[in-house]
Amino acid sequence: MGFLHLERVSKLYGEFAAVRDFDLEIEQGEFISLLGPSGCGKTTTLQMIAGLVAPTNGRITLDGRDITREKPARRGLGVVFQSYALFPHMTVAQNVAFGLEMRKIAKAERDRQVAEILSLVQLTTLADRYPREMSGGQRQRVAIARALVIKPPVLLLDEPLSNLDAKLREEMQFELRRIQRVVGITTIMVTHDQAEALSISDRVVVMEGGRITQVDHPYSLYEHPKNNFISSFVGKSNFLAARAVKETAGVSLLVDNTDLKIPATGNYPGGELCLSVRPEKIRLTDPAGGMLRGSVSSRYFLGNQWLLSVATPAGEISVSVANLGAPPPSEGKVTGLAWNIEECRILAAEQEGILQS
Amino acid sequence: MTGAAIRPSPRLPAPFFLAAPATLLFIGLILLPLALTAVLSFNVYDYSSGVQNRYTTANYLTVLQDPYYLAIFWRTLRLALLTTVITVLLGTPEAYILTRMGKPWRSIFLLVIIGPLLVSVVVRTFGWSMLLGHDGLVNHALAMLRLEPVQLLYTETAIVIALVHIMLPFMVIPVWTALQKLDPTVEAAALSLGASRFTALRRIVFPQATLGILSGSLIVFGLSASAFAIPGLLGGRRLKMAATVVYDEYLIELNWPLGAAIAIIVLLANLAIMLAYNRMVERQAKRRLG
Repeated sequence: MGFLHLERVSKLYGEFAAVRDFDLEIEQGEFISLLGPSGCGKTTTLQMIAGLVAPTNGRITLDGRDITREKPARRGLGVVFQSYALFPHMTVAQNVAFGLEMRKIAKAERDRQVAEILSLVQLTTLADRYPREMSGGQRQRVAIARALVIKPPVLLLDEPLSNLDAKLREEMQFELRRIQRVVGITTIMVTHDQAEALSISDRVVVMEGGRITQVDHPYSLYEHPKNNFISSFVGKSNFLAARAVKETAGVSLLVDNTDLKIPATGNYPGGELCLSVRPEKIRLTDPAGGMLRGSVSSRYFLGNQWLLSVATPAGEISVSVANLGAPPPSEGKVTGLAWNIEECRILAAEQEGILQS
Repeated sequence: MTGAAIRPSPRLPAPFFLAAPATLLFIGLILLPLALTAVLSFNVYDYSSGVQNRYTTANYLTVLQDPYYLAIFWRTLRLALLTTVITVLLGTPEAYILTRMGKPWRSIFLLVIIGPLLVSVVVRTFGWSMLLGHDGLVNHALAMLRLEPVQLLYTETAIVIALVHIMLPFMVIPVWTALQKLDPTVEAAALSLGASRFTALRRIVFPQATLGILSGSLIVFGLSASAFAIPGLLGGRRLKMAATVVYDEYLIELNWPLGAAIAIIVLLANLAIMLAYNRMVERQAKRRLG
C-alpha cells in the first residue's frame, strides 16, 4: 500500500468524464509527473487530491487515512498554483507566514521557520518585497516556500514552470528537484511539457482523454512507449507503415513501398503494423550502404545538433544528428539511413490516423 | 491610421481642436458659474436693497462664527461619514456575492442593484417618507408586534436609511469591478493553507478590493455630503444639511452672497476631505496592488 493511494477515482461533469478510473499508488518521497495534452484530466486529478474538486467516484487515501471527502484546509497539502496565486497585498514573509499563522504558531517560531524556508529557496534578502516587485522566477520560489513551510505530507505543483521563459524554466526545473530532494517530500507535478516531466520525475504518468495510458520511469517511458500517441507525445518519432510476412524461419516485417525487411520474433496479427523509430537513433550512411535511401528535403542547424528531413519511399523521415565533425549532407543530396533493429518499436497500427506515413 | 502615425510632425493644433468642445462645455457650465459664485460670496448684501457692488469677507465670518451653521456642517459631515461606513459594510459583501453568482443570476441581480437608479431620487424619497411616517408601514408592523410606535420621519435615522439605499449601487459597482479582476486561485491558495472561508475573505479577498472600496467611498461621501432631496424631504424644516441650507439662503432668505459663501465652504471642505482620504489610502494600496 502506497503513501498516497488513488483508487478508481473518477470525475464526471454530466455525461463528460474529465477523469475516469484513475488508479495510482505513490510512495513516500517520490516525484511523480502527470503528463498529457490540455484537457486530458491531469489538472482535475491534482485538484481532487488537493480537495478543491470533489471526485464523483473512487477513494483517495493518504498514509492510510481516507481523505476523499475532507476539506482542503484539513488535508494540509502544499499546493503551488499555475498563476502562483500569491497574496498581492502581503510581503514575501507575510505570504510565507500565512499558513503558519492559520496553524496558530507563535510569532517567534513562525519567524524562525519563515527564515529557514526562505533561505532554502534563496530569497532571504527579498523577504520584505511585495509580489509585484519581483520577477517570475522569484514569485515561483515564494509560492514553493509558502507551500513547503507548513510541512505538508504531499506537495502538489500545477504547471509550475509554464509561466517562465525557456532559460529560466530549465534552471527552475533542476532547482525544483534540488528542493524536493532536500526536503524529501512526496511531490506530484502536472505538466504538458514532456522534457520537464522526463528530466525531474521518478515516475511519469501519461494521461489521455481522462485515462492513464502509461505509468513508467522516464527512461523506460521514452524507450518503450506503449502506443503511438505516447511515442509522438514523449519525444519525437518516425512512424513507418509495415505488414507482417511469413518466412520459412519465423516472421519478417515488410516496410510498405520498400523492399526493407526486418526480422521479428513473436506473433503479429495480420494486417497493418507500425514501426516507430526515434530521430536520434537513425544514422546517416553512404547512399548504397543504408537500410533506406532518400534525398534530404530540409536541414536545420540547432546548435548542438542538426535536424534533417529525408524523403524516402517509406515517407518523410526526420533524423537528428549530433554536431560532430563535418556537417551532414545539404538539401537535395542523397543519403542512406540505418538504425539498429532492436531500437525500433513495433506497434499495431491505430485507427485514429496517428500513423504518419 | 499607420500613415498618420508615421508622419513625423502632426499638425500641432489638431489635439487642441479636438479637445475644444469638451473644454468649452467645461468652462461654460462648471468653471464660469463656480467663479461667479465665488465672486458673489464676497458681495455685500443689504436686506433692503439686495446685492451691492461692494466686497467684504463678512459672509464667511458670519457662517464660520454662527453655531447654527457650524451645527449644520457638523451634521452633514457626520451623516455622510455614517452613510459611507454603512455602504462599505453592506456593499462589499454584496459585491462579493455578486461575483460568485452563476450565469443567469448575476445579470438579474446586477439589474436589481442598478434598477433603483432608474427611478428619480425624489420619487424614492417620497416612498421612504410613506414607509417611515407616523402612520407608515414600519409603525404598523411595530404595532402588530405590540411595540411602541417610533418617530422615524424627520430624524437623522431616516436620512441615513434613505441615503444608504440610494448610495449602495455607487459602492457595489466599483467594488464588484475590483473583485472581478482578482485571480480566483488566490482564494483557493488561502484555503489550501488552512484558512477558513471567512478568514480567506477577511484576510485575502477584501484587502485586494481596497482600491474599489476607496473609489466607492469617495463617490458615496461626495454625493451624500451634497445630497439635497433626501434631507429636504426626510429631514423636514428642522434637520438641515449643507445643500438644503444653501437652498434656503438663496430662495427663502434671498441672501445670495451668504448662500454662495456656504456653498464655497462646503465645496472646499468636501474637496479637502476627499483628497486627504484618497492620498492616505491610495499611498498604502498603490505599493501593494499597483
